[in-house]
Amino acid sequence: MLSIKNINKTYHSEEGDEVLALSDINLEMKDKEFVCFIGPSGCGKTTMLRIIAGLEKPDSGTITVHGEPIKGPGPDRGMVFQEYSLFPWRTVLKNITFSLEMKKIPKGQREDIARRHLELVGLSKFADSYPHELSGGMKQRVAIARALVNDPKVLLMDEPFGAVDAQTRNRLQQELLKIWERDKKTLLFITHSVDEAVYLADRVVVFTSRPGRIKEIFKIDLPRPRDRTSVDANTCRESLLSSLGAEINNAID
Amino acid sequence: MDIGQGLRKRTLELTSIATAIVIWEIVARIIDIKYILPSFTSVVSAFIELVLEGELYRDILTSLNYFVIGIGLAILVGMPIGTLMGWFKSIDRAVDPIIEMIRPIPPLAWITFAIMWFGLTQYAAGFVIFIGAVFPIIINTYTGFKNTPRVLVESGKVLGCVNNIDIIYRIALPFALPSIATGIRVGMGVGWMCVVAAELFAVSKYGLGWKIWFWNDLHHMDLVLTYMLVLGMIALIIDRVFRHIVQEWWLKWQSGVVV
Ligand SMILES: Nc1ncnc2c1ncn2[C@@H]1O[C@H](COP(=O)(O)OP(=O)(O)OP(=O)(O)O)[C@@H](O)[C@H]1O
Ligand SMILES: [Mg+2]
Repeated sequence: MLSIKNINKTYHSEEGDEVLALSDINLEMKDKEFVCFIGPSGCGKTTMLRIIAGLEKPDSGTITVHGEPIKGPGPDRGMVFQEYSLFPWRTVLKNITFSLEMKKIPKGQREDIARRHLELVGLSKFADSYPHELSGGMKQRVAIARALVNDPKVLLMDEPFGAVDAQTRNRLQQELLKIWERDKKTLLFITHSVDEAVYLADRVVVFTSRPGRIKEIFKIDLPRPRDRTSVDANTCRESLLSSLGAEINNAID
Repeated sequence: MDIGQGLRKRTLELTSIATAIVIWEIVARIIDIKYILPSFTSVVSAFIELVLEGELYRDILTSLNYFVIGIGLAILVGMPIGTLMGWFKSIDRAVDPIIEMIRPIPPLAWITFAIMWFGLTQYAAGFVIFIGAVFPIIINTYTGFKNTPRVLVESGKVLGCVNNIDIIYRIALPFALPSIATGIRVGMGVGWMCVVAAELFAVSKYGLGWKIWFWNDLHHMDLVLTYMLVLGMIALIIDRVFRHIVQEWWLKWQSGVVV
């Protein structure tokens, strides 16, 4: 359903330096597939996601969703950013209704829809709170609900749980899987954590360091619900780790 | 919290003010020349008289009228200019040199032109206040828009807010509001200072600034000082009211004090 063909991307700095960020990326994603990107910092994972979201143009190559080439941001693709991205002047509920306002859905109706999604991420009690009153993990849950409410076919997530503690992260991963199994979205998820990738993904795409190329694609054939401590999970982690190489070892928490 | 408790918490502030007043009164009595320093008591009685005659009330309204004209215009002009400059680089580059040329001219230097253009009317006074207030508003609006985080704009785009007008109105403007509020607040401060000067040229028989010059010519220094204090008090009240409005209505979403 999501088809990435021959994507190249070079950044030009103002001093005229060139940074080759992505080189010849090819990837086919099936409907409702959960794919993780993993790779060294600065290898171009965010860039790839931004190109898919339509926020950045590739120098060459095409991306299609169900055969439709993408031209810019669109409602078929939702995104959760690496940084906190809630609108600070809107309450939690109003953050979630944002895209529905853009679609001109009547007020009562959009608040109903928003409340349902808020329940999905377990934050009903915080509907009228402002983002600065939430913890980091809660903010990302709201951001997920905000992306889901638009009902995208593809959900792009850029290290959404990067800034939360290990326990919260485990809980958020479980919640995400529940949502994914329920809504059956196609999910593209960037992470630095081998553990996270093995717990979540159907396939894990390993990037090389800059310029980012696809080094290897791992199929994670573990049955769901997954057990982090199983021997098979361990084997998966080890082969992923060795592919990532020693430079990455330090980046893993 | 009852009033007694409130007063007790303010003991230091109240003592300080009371001490200043006592010293003022003593020094005034020692000097004993009311042209140099009218005493506190004489100022109070002058004030009471002005209030009872209803004169002060008309002066305040007259000055506020100029102020509202000037500040209103400054907001109407300053916010759009600041917005366009903050959002469109080419407009910024085109307009900035002009602004930087006009901005350093002291507002009072405009008085002669203000009278040439608008005659001895409320609009001449308003114009001088406008000149004083508009630049802080432009600059703070500009800064607010300029600092809009990229991730918020992109979040908006991904959520279906794609054209420039929608992005400005729904994302950049709300983000810039605290900065704009600061600009208006600073602009009001400068604008109020311009009131006295703007009224120097008898655009009306009333007005706080005008009355300072008027009573000065008659050597009624107790009245001059009364009007000075009223000018200060009104500035304080305007500032407090504005801050309250901003905090309660505009910027409830922010933690802590902003402006
Ligand atoms: N707007 C830009 N202008 C110039 N260079 C950029 C820009 N955005 C990214 N880059 C460069 O492109 C490369 C890839 O960046 P990207 O953000 O995609 O990496 P990443 O894999 O997401 O890294 P991380 O894991 O640290 O988030 C980096 O070297 C970065 O410096
Ligand atoms: Mg990144």
